[in-house]
Amino acid sequence: MKEVFIEFFGMQNPNVRYVVLGSVLLSISSAIVGCFTFLKKKALVGDVVSHAVLPGICLSFIVTGTKDPFMLIIGAFITGWLSILVMDYIVQNSKIKEDTATGLALSVFFGIGILLLTVIQHSGNAAQSGLDSFLFGKAAALIGKDLLAFGLIAIVILATVFLFYKEFKLICFDPDYAEAIGVPVKKMEMLLTSITVMAVVTGIQAVGVVLMAAMLITPAAAARFWSDRLSFMLVLASIFAALSGVSGAFISYTTPSMPTGPWIVMVLSLIAVFSFFFAPGKGIIIKLLKRRKIQMQLLEENLLKSFYKIGEITEDFKAARSNAELKEVRRFSSGQFREGLNRLAKQGFIKRNNGTWSLTAEGLQKGRRVVRLHRLWELYLTKYLRIAPDHVHEDAETIEHVITPELEARLEKLLEYPDEDPHSSNIPYN
Amino acid sequence: MIEQVQNPALEIHDLTVSYDKKPVLWGIDLSVPKGAIAGIVGPNGAGKSTLIKSVMGLVPLSSGYVKIFDEELNTVRKRVSYVPQRESVDWDFPASVLDVVMMGRYSKVGLMRRLRKADLEAARYALQQVGMEKFEKRQISQLSGGQQQRVFLARALTQQADIYFMDEPFAGVDAATEKAIIQLLKEMASQGKTVIVVHHDLQSVATYFDWIIMLNLRLVASGPTEKAFSQELLEETYGGKLTLLTEVGELMKKGQYPTREKQ
Repeated sequence: MKEVFIEFFGMQNPNVRYVVLGSVLLSISSAIVGCFTFLKKKALVGDVVSHAVLPGICLSFIVTGTKDPFMLIIGAFITGWLSILVMDYIVQNSKIKEDTATGLALSVFFGIGILLLTVIQHSGNAAQSGLDSFLFGKAAALIGKDLLAFGLIAIVILATVFLFYKEFKLICFDPDYAEAIGVPVKKMEMLLTSITVMAVVTGIQAVGVVLMAAMLITPAAAARFWSDRLSFMLVLASIFAALSGVSGAFISYTTPSMPTGPWIVMVLSLIAVFSFFFAPGKGIIIKLLKRRKIQMQLLEENLLKSFYKIGEITEDFKAARSNAELKEVRRFSSGQFREGLNRLAKQGFIKRNNGTWSLTAEGLQKGRRVVRLHRLWELYLTKYLRIAPDHVHEDAETIEHVITPELEARLEKLLEYPDEDPHSSNIPYN
Repeated sequence: MIEQVQNPALEIHDLTVSYDKKPVLWGIDLSVPKGAIAGIVGPNGAGKSTLIKSVMGLVPLSSGYVKIFDEELNTVRKRVSYVPQRESVDWDFPASVLDVVMMGRYSKVGLMRRLRKADLEAARYALQQVGMEKFEKRQISQLSGGQQQRVFLARALTQQADIYFMDEPFAGVDAATEKAIIQLLKEMASQGKTVIVVHHDLQSVATYFDWIIMLNLRLVASGPTEKAFSQELLEETYGGKLTLLTEVGELMKKGQYPTREKQ
């Protein structure tokens, strides 16, 4: 394994160099333009273009009779662009909505492409072999001339984004305002579309028609989870893309039966899935953890409140309470009940003594605060929102857990440190 | 009651705007004096936003022309600013408050150029003017509606224009923001800037605006608020649906008739 690693990353073998460099270049190119299509909410445009370049490639082969990458790219570029124009024309001049127009353009162009490809394959022209690799990509078979084309296109794309960064940003965020302040919106859109088509045309040679949309959108979607700045998002998407490019090349190098292109997309997808679950702030797991934390807070505070309420009735706050006594005040599911009590004991708010529980000084204070907040809020609702006293309890049940010490101070001041809530219950202070 | 003024900041002449051949504004003719705070009022679907958008060149005109400071929009664009409706953009866009405010400087900086330090200072100053200087690093999705509106206003201010078009700047904002914005507009007007505002709340018209434009598919009134803002004209603007006008519009859409015949 180690030798393979050194062999691969030493890049002595020109084939390895071509494949790695090629994969990285086109992954980065498509990731960067993908960020803009993603933010313009035109994620499917990449899919349309990637399908629509097939007829261009075939036509270009029919006309020139060679598989020269530059010639094929020109043909692909033309039909790719054409598909976008057709799509826009349909949306603007008919009742057909964008999703349908997208589907139409995609399938019609791809259908023509397949038709032409079949005709070429049956024409007996020996030069045609390998043309169908555009359908599924051929990243592992990249050669020097391909690499030159990729490199040039990558440079054009990067330079364009660098030069027109702020304009692209503005037309993605607020095209009306861009137009109003005199940014040439139409020209900028054309430029952005052109580099999108270029990225697709190059990318398709590595991963094929079907996976191309993933190359555009996945890095952007993953990067968005980690970043709230466009510039950082672009950098991050490029890093994800480059990483996937290298990994894809490496995996197919170690295991010759593994295809490069699909593995690039696989790695990208893994990064996206990971981001989806674990990204700070936006990831699902983080959200779940936050929700669980809140649930625990509610449970603990409700238990302490129960202790306090029993104390109010018996006028003894620190006496030991049995499970049955506590459950009488408020219903808890038995699992939660046990978990909550154990947590409170661990945190030092209650003490366990032979199957019964008693409040510590800190627990008493905390329980008293929750009850105080509950009753203060009830009073606030009746006094300032004119809500009937018999309607305020449910609301206060939630709000008592939300109010911060600062809000509490303001509430007390506003209500002038009242003694009683709307139901004539005592409002306890420390 | 349509009052025309000499040497206006904004002149709209015989303006008709159609969506898919259906006219939504019919033959608007008005002028607004320099230094005015003008309110555009009218019921929903009256064409208030469309009027502003047509002035900004965002929707094609079926007939007529618009002149700002007696010039075509394109020659005076640097003196014109625009505040679109807050809901017209996706506030989940990856940008900070400062990023958005700096956008107001893009046209001053020009294509292919980077923003300069002066642009940063202009943006910070504008944020100060709207009381948002503490929020410059905040991600825009974390702002309240009122704060978003202030950010949009700050972005327009960085343009240092002479005339401002604002589409519902008071929609969905808190009372404090509304007060701060109107204060700012009055200050701007006292410096000779013209402000034209699409407005929804008839209660505040008399105190906010010194010029009023009343619109309902056609122009009902345009003049000084004390003269034009009358019960009778309000009823004409808000009451009585113009079913005839709407039906003719529908027919034009159905038959795809041209708004103006070629001469």
